[in-house]
Amino acid sequence: MDVHILHPLAGGIILSEFLLVQTLNGLSFGALLFLLSSGLSLIYGVMKIVNIAHGSYFMLGAYIGLSVMLRTKSFILGAFAGGLVVAIVGMVMERGFLRKFALKALPQMMITMGFALVFRDLALLIWGGDPYTLPCPETLRGSTQIFKIVFPVYRLFIIFVAALVAIALWLFNEKTLVGAKLRATVDDHEMAGGVGLNVTLISGCMFGLGSFLAAFGGVMGGPIFGVYPGLDFELLSLAFVVVIVGGRGSLKGSAVGSILVGLIDNFGKALVPELSYFTLFAPMAIVVAVKPTGLFGRE
Amino acid sequence: MKHLFASKTKIIGLILVFLVLVVMPPFYTSYWVTLLTQTLIYGILAMSLDILIGYTGLSSFGHAGFFGSSAYTVAILSTRYKMGFLICFISGIAVTTVISMIFGLLVAHATGVYFLIITLALGMVLWGLAFRWVGVTRGDNGISGIPRPDLGLPISLKDPLTYYYVILVFFLICLILMAIYVRSPFGHSLKGVRESESRMRILGYHTWLHKYFSYVSAAAFGGVAGSLWAYFDGFISPYNMDLTASIEIILMVILGGPGTLIGPALGAGIIIFLKNFISAYTQRWLLILGSIYILTIFYAPQGLMNLIKDWLKGSEKKTAVEELG
Repeated sequence: MDVHILHPLAGGIILSEFLLVQTLNGLSFGALLFLLSSGLSLIYGVMKIVNIAHGSYFMLGAYIGLSVMLRTKSFILGAFAGGLVVAIVGMVMERGFLRKFALKALPQMMITMGFALVFRDLALLIWGGDPYTLPCPETLRGSTQIFKIVFPVYRLFIIFVAALVAIALWLFNEKTLVGAKLRATVDDHEMAGGVGLNVTLISGCMFGLGSFLAAFGGVMGGPIFGVYPGLDFELLSLAFVVVIVGGRGSLKGSAVGSILVGLIDNFGKALVPELSYFTLFAPMAIVVAVKPTGLFGRE
Repeated sequence: MKHLFASKTKIIGLILVFLVLVVMPPFYTSYWVTLLTQTLIYGILAMSLDILIGYTGLSSFGHAGFFGSSAYTVAILSTRYKMGFLICFISGIAVTTVISMIFGLLVAHATGVYFLIITLALGMVLWGLAFRWVGVTRGDNGISGIPRPDLGLPISLKDPLTYYYVILVFFLICLILMAIYVRSPFGHSLKGVRESESRMRILGYHTWLHKYFSYVSAAAFGGVAGSLWAYFDGFISPYNMDLTASIEIILMVILGGPGTLIGPALGAGIIIFLKNFISAYTQRWLLILGSIYILTIFYAPQGLMNLIKDWLKGSEKKTAVEELG
């Protein structure tokens, strides 16, 4: 049960309804982008690593979630299994490989790139080339009526989950001691180490959290977008656009950026499907031209 | 004595390269000639990226996009409008240059990691156009049936060997042009930007403009490679310009040795030959490519050409990739 994308000029469709449906679609996609890009942004903030394998986490999470769901028939179990397995993979990557090149941007990126290729091929080897759609949990099937439009419950659920995660991350970041240590590490890596913070531990945990969120997002998105080879790089580039628009290392930036990119991508697909990727170019160009650091980024 | 030894090795090396590339090809099977042609075309592409990575210290993750936009221009003009070689070739490079001039406005202010992020996103924008703009690019299916060019010569370029020699000429022209370019005063100031942009700015250099020109010129040479590829393969699809393709070109540069120009061409050869040999035995090319990546960063971060140079000089001089980031 998916809402059809309708052109505003198609007969009988009122413009405001079209706008509402597409806005909700865009928001639910933005919610997934937030789960993906918040981790990317956190990892960049703490370790200055641009993680090319981040989209692969999203894809792997969805695949693992699928396998677990097919065996256990439980959506929640699938979501957490996907998240945890990938979190472990991420932490092994960080400990075993990336830490040797701490704060050297290019070698670290190369390594994550190597892993992205390895993950892509492993996924192809294990799950094959066919696209899958993850089963939607029983209670969230069907649609609900908002004003005059009918909208799938599951998409609303995704928006809700991402909002919860955003609030939790914000509370963690602003109101807890660990969050304060984290912000200190983002602000000045060396000073944070100098005043006795265990920077490597914080880095490791952040990498784990970031990969968990990405994989969790993959499972959440599975019932709508499915999972297929190539999903990794497709989403990675969107997550990068989010980071460019929102600003690096900023949680607020990745929230606002995700919503913007989600909406623009969705309206682009609905109105000019042939140029849908290209529609992202304009907002990115405007932000880069006006504020090179992104909306909420700092130099 | 050491110096004499080094120059002797150099001469022997050059003679070997001359034998392999110029004298021997008529005796190769057409499979080998095809692989060598691929190597030369990707060699031009990798060298063009080296202008950015090796000489300016900017790692572009969207370089395959320029290769692709040039190849698509040639493909569309030659199959749909039946244009001749010269018009297609020049249009391919012109389109690529114009795109890079627009993109350059966005990327030239960026440094380090931020440059990577923006170029990656822009490269994927180009990929997205090729993939979704079905009316023009035929989307996923790509464009096939690009005819080999008619240069007005008495010989036919349909023969792999003849086409190989034509590509060799193009390769040498590009190599010479790029070598002059990076050795020019401008090329030296690019190296200055690589070493320290802030110092160059204080010395009065317009670093934005340097990076901008470096970006555009790299794209233009990449466009040459793209045009030649379209004619060579007769087929172009979005897969020639996706992120994996860009990543492959970067590996050619890093593996071969950034900042040596000829090193990346060597890297291109290694990757092309490995890819073809490994694909004959197993489907797991990406797995192996990824592993080569990780191994290169761990064991040969400065690239093979720099290793050879160090070995010849016997010095500890390092132009390691880690210093570029």
